[in-house]
Amino acid sequence: MSETSARLLPNGDTALAVEFGERIDRATSERVLALHDRLARAALPGVVELLPTFRSLMVHYDPLRTSHAEVARRIRPLLDGLEGVSPVARRWTIPVCYDPAFALDLQEVATRTGLAPAEVVEHHSATTYHVYMIGFLPGYPYMGDLPARLALPRRENPRTQVPAGSVAIATTMTAVYTLQSPGGWHILGRTPVSLWNRRRTPPAVLAPGDKVRFAPIGMDEFARLAKQADAGELDLAPEAQ
Amino acid sequence: MSALQVVASSSIAMLQDLGRLGQQRYGVPVSGALDAVSLRIANAVVGNPDGTAALEMFYRGPTLEVAAESVRVAAIGAALEVVSGGAGRTVAAGLSVRLARGDRLTVGPCATSLVAYLAVEGGFALAGDLGSLSTFVRAGLGGIDGRALKKGDLLPLAAASAPERAERRAPKWDLAPPARVRVVFGPQDDHFTDRARQTLIESAYTVSRQSDRMGMRLEGPALEHAKGFNIVSDGTAAGSIQVPGNGLPIVLLADRPTTGGYPKIATVASADVPSLGRLRPGATIGFEAISVEGAEAARRELEARLAALRARLDEPVRRSR
Repeated sequence: MSETSARLLPNGDTALAVEFGERIDRATSERVLALHDRLARAALPGVVELLPTFRSLMVHYDPLRTSHAEVARRIRPLLDGLEGVSPVARRWTIPVCYDPAFALDLQEVATRTGLAPAEVVEHHSATTYHVYMIGFLPGYPYMGDLPARLALPRRENPRTQVPAGSVAIATTMTAVYTLQSPGGWHILGRTPVSLWNRRRTPPAVLAPGDKVRFAPIGMDEFARLAKQADAGELDLAPEAQ
Repeated sequence: MSALQVVASSSIAMLQDLGRLGQQRYGVPVSGALDAVSLRIANAVVGNPDGTAALEMFYRGPTLEVAAESVRVAAIGAALEVVSGGAGRTVAAGLSVRLARGDRLTVGPCATSLVAYLAVEGGFALAGDLGSLSTFVRAGLGGIDGRALKKGDLLPLAAASAPERAERRAPKWDLAPPARVRVVFGPQDDHFTDRARQTLIESAYTVSRQSDRMGMRLEGPALEHAKGFNIVSDGTAAGSIQVPGNGLPIVLLADRPTTGGYPKIATVASADVPSLGRLRPGATIGFEAISVEGAEAARRELEARLAALRARLDEPVRRSR
């Protein structure tokens, strides 16, 4: 793909989306993240926020300090050579308890995929996921890609309350509910780690481009870690590079 | 501590400023005042910077008691009922008033708008979250413990007292929403039929009761998708008009999610977004298409009018009591 395939789309007079495609794939995401890095460094006048998504970079700007035409003019020369320049990714391991007490949909996912519950857990925790974007809830990471064996559409009846920490899957993605919230994904387990903390800078633990694996833990370990988390003593750190 | 104490609250009231910027990449909505123009006028009347947090109230406000030596306040969108030393009086919307310890004030009801704002001179002494006092209830951010006000709350004031000076009155400002709200087509207008684009511009829509600070749901002619109603999620803006499967547009407002998976046919011009916050359920709304350049010019014109208003407010209208 060449830079000519990127489209600069107006979102009114306060934002512009640089769209690289209409599908979810790793190559598109890498281009989005590479442009994000370039624009973050360029600090264009009047650009107030950058938001990487699956397939586009949202550039929020102050229309009193710049304009759509000016932002577009400054971005176009930066669209060349975005392939193969992604920086070294941070790698995280997130403990997850897949016990039926937390895994509200594990049995159903097993039935619908024709796997045993233990096999579902094995597939889910054997994959290294790419964080495509943070959205839906503060700190909520959209991670992919899920092993094809586990891909299911969202639940027909979304739950009105999904507990915070729930680890869930839908379509080709997996995610962690950072806050108690309504939700329609299939819940496979729960992590004692909080991926969102408004007192921390930045408040979200994960960022687009990060790589994530889930490590199965038992109920005892969950209880031990949850206690630490409640005391504010459980801070997840990325693996040493 | 100097404070305003909530002695009665019958409707939703919460602190809002101009929003929590710089956190969207972490999934944090911008929030902020639904009607940023009214917030800014209220702040100008009491001499605050534009972005000072004020109380945003739906339909009517709470009753507050002054627990400070004195405080100066002004409301936009509703008059104030003030009880001072046993005597009651009405203070018009847009006029500042200095109150003393023990005085009580009640905001509202709103004259025509959905929301009213109460600004206090010097603002509130609260820390906020992630750089803003704006209340975002879903994540418990900003305001008082990240929630709407309730009876008994103390709103700490940054200033211990308000100096005596001439009171100020906001110059006349038409808060009536425009008959036709200006929109810029895109980013996904190509996901709709030509007829859908035409329908959006030519139809009258009604504001639904299902609307909230996240989005204004509209009832009226459905808009026909050309390529289905699911897109791979991308970013949203204030005023994005997203269209889910039922074809009925939703205009995203202050608490909008940072990303969304429905195609967005158009985006309301930033100059007209504040007026959306004034529309009550049942109100009629229409749209008019303009260019991005047209939207940028409209915003500059709005800012010039607000700057002129602020300049005029430096002229005193009458002596303080």
